Amino acid sequence: MILDSKIPEGPLAEKWDKHKFNVKLVNPANKRKYDVIVVGTGLAGASAAATLGELGYNVKAFCYQDSPRRAHSIAAQGGINAAKNYQNDGDSVHRLFYDTIKGGDYRAREANVYRLAQVSVNIIDQCVAQGVPFAREYGGLLANRSFGGAQVSRTFYARGQTGQQLLLGAYSALNRQIAYGKVKMYPRTEMLDLVMVDGKARGIVTRNLVTGAIESHSAHAVILATGGYGNVFFLSTNAMGSNTTAIWRAHKKGALFANPCFTQIHPTCIPVSGGHQSKLTLMSESLRNDGRVWVPKAVGDNRIASEIPEDERDYFLERKYPSFGNLVPRDVASRNAKLACDEGRGVGTTKLAVYLDFADAIKREGLNAISQKYGNLFEMYEKITGENPYEQPMRIYPAVHYTMGGLWVDYNLMTTIPGLYATGECNFSDHGANRLGASALMQGLADGYFVIPYTIGDYLAQNPTTRVETSHPAFKEAEQAVRADVDRLLSINGNRTVDDFHKALGLLMWDYCGMARNAEGLQYAKQEIRKLREDFWKDVKILGTNEELNVTLEKAGRVADFLELGELMVDDALNRNESCGGHFREEYQTPENEALRDDENYAYVAAWEYSGPNQQQVLHKEDLKFENVKLTQRSYK
Amino acid sequence: MNLTLKVWRQRNSQAAGKLETYQVKDISPEMSFLEMMDVLNEDLLRGGVDPIAFDHDCREGICGMCSLYINGRAHGPERGTTTCQLHMRKFSDGDTITIEPWRAGPFPILKDLCVDRSALDRIQQAGGYVSINTGGVPDANEIPIPKLIADKAFDAATCIGCGACVAACKNSSAMLFTSAKISQLALLPQGKVERKTRVENMVAQMDIEGFGACSNIGACAAECPVGISLENIAMMNREYVSAKFTSENV
Repeated sequence: MILDSKIPEGPLAEKWDKHKFNVKLVNPANKRKYDVIVVGTGLAGASAAATLGELGYNVKAFCYQDSPRRAHSIAAQGGINAAKNYQNDGDSVHRLFYDTIKGGDYRAREANVYRLAQVSVNIIDQCVAQGVPFAREYGGLLANRSFGGAQVSRTFYARGQTGQQLLLGAYSALNRQIAYGKVKMYPRTEMLDLVMVDGKARGIVTRNLVTGAIESHSAHAVILATGGYGNVFFLSTNAMGSNTTAIWRAHKKGALFANPCFTQIHPTCIPVSGGHQSKLTLMSESLRNDGRVWVPKAVGDNRIASEIPEDERDYFLERKYPSFGNLVPRDVASRNAKLACDEGRGVGTTKLAVYLDFADAIKREGLNAISQKYGNLFEMYEKITGENPYEQPMRIYPAVHYTMGGLWVDYNLMTTIPGLYATGECNFSDHGANRLGASALMQGLADGYFVIPYTIGDYLAQNPTTRVETSHPAFKEAEQAVRADVDRLLSINGNRTVDDFHKALGLLMWDYCGMARNAEGLQYAKQEIRKLREDFWKDVKILGTNEELNVTLEKAGRVADFLELGELMVDDALNRNESCGGHFREEYQTPENEALRDDENYAYVAAWEYSGPNQQQVLHKEDLKFENVKLTQRSYK
Repeated sequence: MNLTLKVWRQRNSQAAGKLETYQVKDISPEMSFLEMMDVLNEDLLRGGVDPIAFDHDCREGICGMCSLYINGRAHGPERGTTTCQLHMRKFSDGDTITIEPWRAGPFPILKDLCVDRSALDRIQQAGGYVSINTGGVPDANEIPIPKLIADKAFDAATCIGCGACVAACKNSSAMLFTSAKISQLALLPQGKVERKTRVENMVAQMDIEGFGACSNIGACAAECPVGISLENIAMMNREYVSAKFTSENV
């Protein structure tokens, strides 16, 4: 298989404009003859569904939650980047492009990233026009703050609830189209299979989560916008329902899965407190604008923070990276926190935490100013830990946050299945091996508002308007397969709960394919995941029937897919004999413990092809060409 | 700690429901309320009893999916807190806790503690947006907004749509929820163009869905997990009256 990225010819800065001119158009009167399915209604899905509805296509949108407003994009705290240069501090499209390529450790496509930087400015305009209440200066203009991996202030924000406000903006645009009848919304509905006719994506099979009804939906194209698969680790900052099922089932139908092992570990999460824990909560990276990260200099120093004098503290990020300080990118900050804890200098009862200290900022700016900036985050921290971060430093530790891997897509965001698109976090593009802060919201909205509406038209214009009825054998076959899967799960009637299996998988993934990996551990994990998967299909316990609201059944289907994806992540990590961004292979590091890339052999996208149950997947490579940036060892010193 | 839980069980919207009593043991004060429910559900499942269905997703207090009437209070005893952010350190060993679903006519029960809140989405669909298409909008800084106004709009915009206001109201009124969106958009220049039709259509939709009128008791704001203010209801009423006198609904 040849992976054709379809990157347009010509100079970087002109590729997107040229491409927009070259794509085929669907004339306005014909748009209503095309149906498009959008699965997932977070930033990428809601914005795509709304925009395609505005253009005149008939859209069906699906989400597993009770309302599109619950999508996990809503939980993003810190902000969204845009190369507006409103601060006059030297920002530009090219600088945002450069920062993002470098931040991703040179494992992203230049053309995609440049387009992202270009449309970033339109996103802010769009959101403001919708009534998104971004933070403002007293003069009435928009305010900005800075985020990790950048030396300019380009992040737009709405207190610590930026994701919420952006999602509600997209949700309102979606609502408008629902009211107009251009989008039909299916909440509490889960996609369980992709339907292909003549080698093209022509629909999906869904399960109604309230009644269990298994139904088919036909369309001319399908867009997956289902977010990330970080819940493969069980503990992550993802919402409880975030899953891989839709993209995994598309993968099994032939969509290649790219860079599955690239997981972003976010450095500032509230540490794990015990075995009961169901999820982890992130504290926005923006806190590192004012918070200082430190641990005691001495190993085994058990004194409380206030009793450790200034000269016995190690502000390790400021010490090692004087020019970026506490605002180094997430992979660097995470790895250094882990190093400090591995050395025995961690704090708190579990010793798996470092301090994030606001004492200096409060002294400098006053309690009120700090509360204005971060109040809701401080409250959230206090609710969860029972400690007051105004009086003692926060304790933070890295946690699984975002998955840079996902379905392989070309420049048009189309997967290797014609007519199947993937947008936002569920595709692999734009972030490379590490994602800089405030760039996920940017990509979700860029894809949905400004990329897919153009590129999908190109595909539809070249395909006939004839509809495939859901009585077509391909739909019946897919429905039967879904029913068989559900029946199989319900008939096992074993002894171990779904969560039991999920926790066991999560622990394996975290220990051997988490913040640091090595070949030996990965090989061990591969065997263990296979065993766990066998046990699952023999011993999982699910009660009840399909024809009801059955939360255990829902979870079981998702965990079954995680048990397969986990193995692929391990394979991918094992294949990549280098360290880059969120992928840190212990065998490959510089003398200063920084990630050691191997550009000669690994400057490619690893795209995996499914080859049957329990079969080794086949690796395909898309070589990454860097014509506009020079590949160098990343330095934030 | 060890607790006695009285939980509303109802197989589906047609079936009759009742409170069942369960015991949970060794609950750590560090757990969130929903983690305590997870522990109970794992026990029930192992014992062959159908686990309790309840709505939840982000568990960070922002998605608005969690609900639960806990000891007669929406989202439990702690002020300004969603159920997922309520922690067991707020309870004591030996407590009996009663857990029920949101109770309101427009929120039919789906199963156990899950209710259908799609009526709230339909209110938003009736006008809770600015009618602009994607692209072709002015530069963001061409719409300057005084910081005080932007902050006020933001305060209203933080509503998470959980429906606690409806559940807490004796009259099952959705006015706090609806007024939050109306205030946000009426305050901002972008929303002013459609302010009259918006308020009329959204209020009409509330009535169609069967929500009651404001009872002026203020339980909604008292139980709101994100502190949406009653001022929004006052603003909505003003918007509504002024729209009715000069209606642009045609």
